[in-house]
Amino acid sequence: MDRIPILKMGEYLLVTVQVDMHDRLAMTLQEDLADRIVKVRARAVLIDISALEVVDSFIGRMLGSIAAIARVLDAETVVVGMRPAVAITLVELGLALPGVRTALNVEKGMEILRRSLETSRGNGAATEAVAQPTDADAQG
Amino acid sequence: MPVVSKSADLIQKYEAEILQDWVQVQLTSVTSRPDLMQKAELQEQSRALLQNVALALRSGADVADIKGAAWHDVRDFLGLVSESRARQGFSPSETATFVFSLKEPLFARLQRELAKDAPALAAELWALTVLLDKLGLYTTEVFQKGREEFIQRQQRNMLELSTPVVELWEGILALPLIGTLDSERTQLVMEALLTRIVETGASIAIIDITGVPTVDTLVAQHLLKTVAAARLMGADCLISGIRPQIAQTIVHLGVDLGDVTSKATLAGAFAVALQRTGLAIIRSPQRPA
Repeated sequence: MDRIPILKMGEYLLVTVQVDMHDRLAMTLQEDLADRIVKVRARAVLIDISALEVVDSFIGRMLGSIAAIARVLDAETVVVGMRPAVAITLVELGLALPGVRTALNVEKGMEILRRSLETSRGNGAATEAVAQPTDADAQG
Repeated sequence: MPVVSKSADLIQKYEAEILQDWVQVQLTSVTSRPDLMQKAELQEQSRALLQNVALALRSGADVADIKGAAWHDVRDFLGLVSESRARQGFSPSETATFVFSLKEPLFARLQRELAKDAPALAAELWALTVLLDKLGLYTTEVFQKGREEFIQRQQRNMLELSTPVVELWEGILALPLIGTLDSERTQLVMEALLTRIVETGASIAIIDITGVPTVDTLVAQHLLKTVAAARLMGADCLISGIRPQIAQTIVHLGVDLGDVTSKATLAGAFAVALQRTGLAIIRSPQRPA
């Protein structure tokens, strides 16, 4: 497999990584995602890594830079389904991915994205808006 | 390779007499413990050891190398003796003395038999001394190893006992930490917490450090690591149970807890968790009588 498929669902882009990521695959994914976000004007990206058993520092950094790139293109990113062992490894490597939103599973990840999109459009419920003030600020 | 051929023959020839002398020596010595072991048992233990040593000597075993295959049976037997004596309440030096005390009757017999051959007597004495010293020390080693295993087992048990993750409410976990946090424990705590997050689908975890005696920079770093790992799994962490002294230490050490919400009590953290999950506790209009 030389490409990870990116699925479009309304304003959301869905990526589920089903194979072990090697470095080139991660680079390709980063480029493809940047292209697709611009092309389809996506507002949110959900990356499911529940099938990933091994994450090294390169992939960890790549996740961080994907999130940063998406943010520059005005799209919210959430990484979901990280395994406990992978989380521990990343923390031990000193990669706590500070700029990346995370969620336990796809359902919760979608919930976060939906809420943050609503907030950024300014029609989110007032109680929810306080949850992510930074996003609200960024969107004006 | 010093082989004590003469002693081997001698023990075989006078086994019963040596045994009798030996038991007598042990019973009359000041280190005798009749309160812990009956005479019959002592006799049986002495007989078995003497027989095992005699067998090994006769097979031409090297006295300088008690780790060798020829001493396998003797080692096994001494291991059992050491364990059973430790259980009976003997101190390790008393158990070693049991082996050392064989020297007296054995040397007396050797002296009588080899009185005319001084060089041979010296050689035999030396070889036997080396052997019995090593065997005696071996019982101490076994004792110590047993103790170490015991301590390790207890440590493992303690680690298992000390990392409970409890579900306070749907989606809210609590991790009451008790005792000092070292890196090994942090690893276990982290694993336990992350596994429970997956199992329960919790979105908030409260780490309660009421039972942590001191928080220094290292402990704080371990706490923050756990918080970071939980965040990667999509769960927010709150830290609660920070006692006044701990708060002072944290500030004086310049420890930065980052953007982790901390609360003085578990109740306070629970209230925050409820708020974040959109829940509220209200007083029932029908108060119980």
